[in-house]
Amino acid sequence: MSQTIGSTTGSTTGSAVRRARPPRRAGDRAGTRPGPYPGWFYLPAAIVYGALFLIPTLLSFYFALTRWTIFDSEFIGLENFAQFFSEPALTRGFVNTFVYAVITSGAKVVLGLGLGLLLTSRILGRGYLRAVIFFPVLVSSVGVGITFQVLMNPTKGAINAALGVLGIDGPGWLVDPALALFSVALVDVWKGVGLATLIYMAGIVSIPKEYHEAARVDGAGSWRLFRDVVFPLSWPATSTVITLSLIGGLRSFDLIWAMTRGGPGFTSDVIASVIYKQYQAGFYGLSTAGNVILFLAVTAIVLPLTRFLARKEVEL
Amino acid sequence: MITTRAKSRALGAATVAVLGLLPACSAGSLGSSDDGGGGGTTITWLTGAEQDDQLQAQAVVDAFEQAHPGITVEIEGRPGGGEGDNLVKTRLQTGTMADVFNYNSGSLFQQIAPANNLTPIDASTVETVDDSYLPQVSVGEDVYGVPYGNAFGGGVMYNREVFERVGVEVPTTWAELVAAAERIKAAGIAPVVQTYQDTWTAQLLVLADFHNVAAANPSFAQDYTAGKAKFATDRAARAGFEHLQEIHDKQLVNADFASTRVEDGMRALAAGEGAMYPMLSLNVSTLQVVAPDAVEDVGFFALPGQDAAANGLTAWYPDGVYIPKSTTGEELEAAQQLAAFIASPPGCEAIATVVTPTGPYLAEGCELPSDVPQITRDVSAYFDADAQSPALEFLSPVKGPALEQILVEVGSGIRTATDGAALYDQDVQKQAQQLGLEGW
Repeated sequence: MSQTIGSTTGSTTGSAVRRARPPRRAGDRAGTRPGPYPGWFYLPAAIVYGALFLIPTLLSFYFALTRWTIFDSEFIGLENFAQFFSEPALTRGFVNTFVYAVITSGAKVVLGLGLGLLLTSRILGRGYLRAVIFFPVLVSSVGVGITFQVLMNPTKGAINAALGVLGIDGPGWLVDPALALFSVALVDVWKGVGLATLIYMAGIVSIPKEYHEAARVDGAGSWRLFRDVVFPLSWPATSTVITLSLIGGLRSFDLIWAMTRGGPGFTSDVIASVIYKQYQAGFYGLSTAGNVILFLAVTAIVLPLTRFLARKEVEL
Repeated sequence: MITTRAKSRALGAATVAVLGLLPACSAGSLGSSDDGGGGGTTITWLTGAEQDDQLQAQAVVDAFEQAHPGITVEIEGRPGGGEGDNLVKTRLQTGTMADVFNYNSGSLFQQIAPANNLTPIDASTVETVDDSYLPQVSVGEDVYGVPYGNAFGGGVMYNREVFERVGVEVPTTWAELVAAAERIKAAGIAPVVQTYQDTWTAQLLVLADFHNVAAANPSFAQDYTAGKAKFATDRAARAGFEHLQEIHDKQLVNADFASTRVEDGMRALAAGEGAMYPMLSLNVSTLQVVAPDAVEDVGFFALPGQDAAANGLTAWYPDGVYIPKSTTGEELEAAQQLAAFIASPPGCEAIATVVTPTGPYLAEGCELPSDVPQITRDVSAYFDADAQSPALEFLSPVKGPALEQILVEVGSGIRTATDGAALYDQDVQKQAQQLGLEGW
């Protein structure tokens, strides 16, 4: 990146500077591994990345300190942050976000690993089952949300009707304040487990056959085989699934919005839906501040986590 | 993330504004070329993009063009809600607004800087507009809009047949309403219908109670805008929150309140499974769709408060039709004619052909058709008796966005009324600060 910028500014400045440059750049190249492409190859990507991500992100750090509308902005210091942290829905939103992220990513790891094992073993209709498990991933979150909203209706929904046949009085999945968040998490797992399964399948299949054979020769049963061979050697898959689903869970919004809109009341609000509601209400500065907070929170969780998972991978 | 979205939205608004400009330009040039041939003027009218909005505008335009053969009106659409607000403001600021547009009256009207952006309506037209409406579309002496459609009320829809069967009268105090509800409950009918899947419906007991708040404390709206009066500390204002908690605590609501929608509520009300449904009279249209045979069984009364003598309706006023400053010359003349037409009996009649009136028209000479639903007649009776006053949103620009969720929590027993009112006061503060009001 810095090299790219250096070379472009270099070409626009005086020739004396340019003449002075090459030796230093050559030195740089000698120090680091030379890339296969010249620096300006990165330029289009850098422009797109800068214009669509870097500049807006940096600007948002400033606008988080203002009360702004489309036409003007007023600098108010850290007031937005003070306001955001006094937002009663926010505390709940934070707790809910963590609960939601941990539940969904935990369930995806467990179920994904189980299904991955099942679908890599020799079973009847394996190709069909693989397709069925993966299918929900392809459907739009909003579509899934609306469908389940209908299915989970406490009096007219198919789920409670089915439970009724078994003589069970089904709960108000999405309207019981104690249950709403978990119901959405359940649907999230249903929708996302296909991807986790796919990642695990790839991980399990890539384990060399020799390990299995060696373990079998040593007299390992299925459980030992799983515990000491399959699980540790598919660790890259586990870490990918955890990272992806945890990030997904932390910034989850679409499914929750489609199913409950954070309701009933504020009981299933997550950080992203709290922020969205501020934006919807026209509190642009406040919602920008919320996004800065979300950005920092996700970074603070995910960065150490990926480091940790990567180190674990190396140790293996 | 939101920043990018806001940007793309602003961009979108700009794009729409530019696109909006194109027809305006071509219309202008068309108009002038037509002039050479002794033809007419073309003006544009920006209204909602929803089908109902378009149909209503089309009906008015058809009748207008017949009465004024020299003028052609082209209808444009815009989104509703906050997005529509942004679009209207952007187009006004950039001078690219259509020649005529309709938009909210009352406090939202005040937010589009009428004195800077709008042209006053001709005095001869203003004379035909009902006095009760003028404060909603005026700044100082200048009147900027004419009423588009009819007024409506917030209160309680009730099943008249159930009331008769159980033997209860229309209540004029809250205590009477609760007593009636207990008797209806004893008869095995859900006394009050609530539908929290459509969260906005949870607000009725608070918003439609404002006539009673204003009766108890006439300066509430003013003090509230200035940040001096609060819902949590004003007894009359807090009453709405308390009523909502009361009907939940006494189990006077339908069992499936948390999972039902307006349509379900209307169906239950029409079928006599529920007796009273706090609602806007505007929603008579929903009733007509879900239970066309039972429309006459359902009546309407104002939400009662403490004092039977002060009983009256909390009223909502129709949108206004406005003319921006960017409309000039022949287009301005044609726009003024359109405004005059909308505030005249033929205009009202044209609207009535596609939209069932939900309350009285606020233009001189406009009579309700004889076949309006019972609800509309009941609402009009309050206007005729002058027992009505504007809802808070017409008197103050301050309305917190989280009121619906807070009231769903109060009405579901998740939060107490006192707590809910205090939380709403916090919510309101953000709105007041964003608007840059004094005293917050």
